Amino acid sequence: MTESLLISILVFMIISSVVALFTDELISAIIAIGALGFGGSIAYLIMGAPDLAITQIVVEVVSLVLLIRVTIGVGLRLTAGCCSKTRTAVAGAVVLLTSFVFAFSLRLFPAFGDAVMGRVQYAPSIFYIEYGLHSTGASNLVTAILLDFRAYDTLGEATVIFTAVLGGIALLRKRGRNISAGDEVSRGDTA
Amino acid sequence: MLYTLTSVLFLVGLFGLLTQRNIIKIIISVSIIESAVNLFLVLVGYRKEGLAPIITRHTSHGKIMELSVDPFPQAMVVTSIVIGLSVMALMIAIALRLYHIYGTYNIDEIKKKQEEEKT
Amino acid sequence: MKDRSLIAVIISRWVSPFIFLYGVHLIAYGHLSPGGGFPGGVVLACSFILALLARGKLAALKRMPYVFAKKLDASGAFIFLLTAFAGLIFARVFFLNFLNQIFPGQELRLFSAGTVMINNFAIGIKICASIFLVILFISALRVGKDTEMKTMEED
Repeated sequence: MTESLLISILVFMIISSVVALFTDELISAIIAIGALGFGGSIAYLIMGAPDLAITQIVVEVVSLVLLIRVTIGVGLRLTAGCCSKTRTAVAGAVVLLTSFVFAFSLRLFPAFGDAVMGRVQYAPSIFYIEYGLHSTGASNLVTAILLDFRAYDTLGEATVIFTAVLGGIALLRKRGRNISAGDEVSRGDTA
Repeated sequence: MLYTLTSVLFLVGLFGLLTQRNIIKIIISVSIIESAVNLFLVLVGYRKEGLAPIITRHTSHGKIMELSVDPFPQAMVVTSIVIGLSVMALMIAIALRLYHIYGTYNIDEIKKKQEEEKT
Repeated sequence: MKDRSLIAVIISRWVSPFIFLYGVHLIAYGHLSPGGGFPGGVVLACSFILALLARGKLAALKRMPYVFAKKLDASGAFIFLLTAFAGLIFARVFFLNFLNQIFPGQELRLFSAGTVMINNFAIGIKICASIFLVILFISALRVGKDTEMKTMEED
């Protein structure tokens, strides 16, 4: 039951991603990517991950706002068509090669519904499930892992977000914009 | 079957990343690849008839130990989704800056304008 | 930008406190139910982004001034590091949950998990401030037909 439901949701996501890539209008591409994100949220909910479903749905809304903000003033239709033939051929070859790699490596995984943590002896997840509530007091085991057992990862993640925000602000700052827009020589040099 | 479908989603994103010439389309392809990888990681930890890894009054600790989904990939994917949002914001900042300088989102036209400026 | 829709303005004014409250709930009950610092922080940011989109930059900056957002971003990271170093000082292990060992609260209650709740609030504050800052900066630029962009008067 869950398997067929997940398969139908994944087919929906693949169709919406193909629509997002090969449509001519930017706005419909962005709406299709929103459909992909919300489908992913439902898939997480079916797979028993409500934390991920909440996070995905909220993040998808914010990224839709960002993408629409970028494209709202530009002409909606793309000017140039798609790519040249050689580029498509090269891309097709790369995709074919990667698909062979996937086909070889996916045979090593257990069948669907057979968690990897049951296969591995002394898997960390078994320890986390067994002692998570007792040693941290948090009954949501995902939060217990995120903020207690593996808090170092969260610290590094906060650093990554800080750096990304810093980079975005430095790119869009008033002073940096004015220098590069007014000075004709620096434009050629930086490129 | 499900693993194959997630890898197909990844390959669609990869094809778009290699062929598209519009910066917004490239950002969209990156986000497709991201969601494919996240789905695959959560799928690896799924157990049949699994429960969400949250202990409440109705699901006792012993039942969770028997039936719970793997919580470890979920914890990693939560950070991955939020990092994806901030990386997308950074990419959009770069795209806006390029649009501000060259007046287009198309990479070929940007290259053409650069060549014109050099000569 | 004067022709804002009256319906959007009034509905956003009524709805955004509830969105804020939902974000606080997600963060505070993050260790008992689905939620936590990451989605809660983004929901908190959404309540300010709604004001930004519906009522303009000035209304959003009145609720969350630019300098205050920067300080909030830094202080979230600082609180997170502070609890980590408190574990180092009180229990000699970095990031140890020392509060849960000293005061083990009753399980499945709000005050039960020690430093997990403090860390949740720190992460939530940090994510909220940084996402609000990014969207503020991106939406301060208007992409028009002419490539002229209006700048933001912030410094």
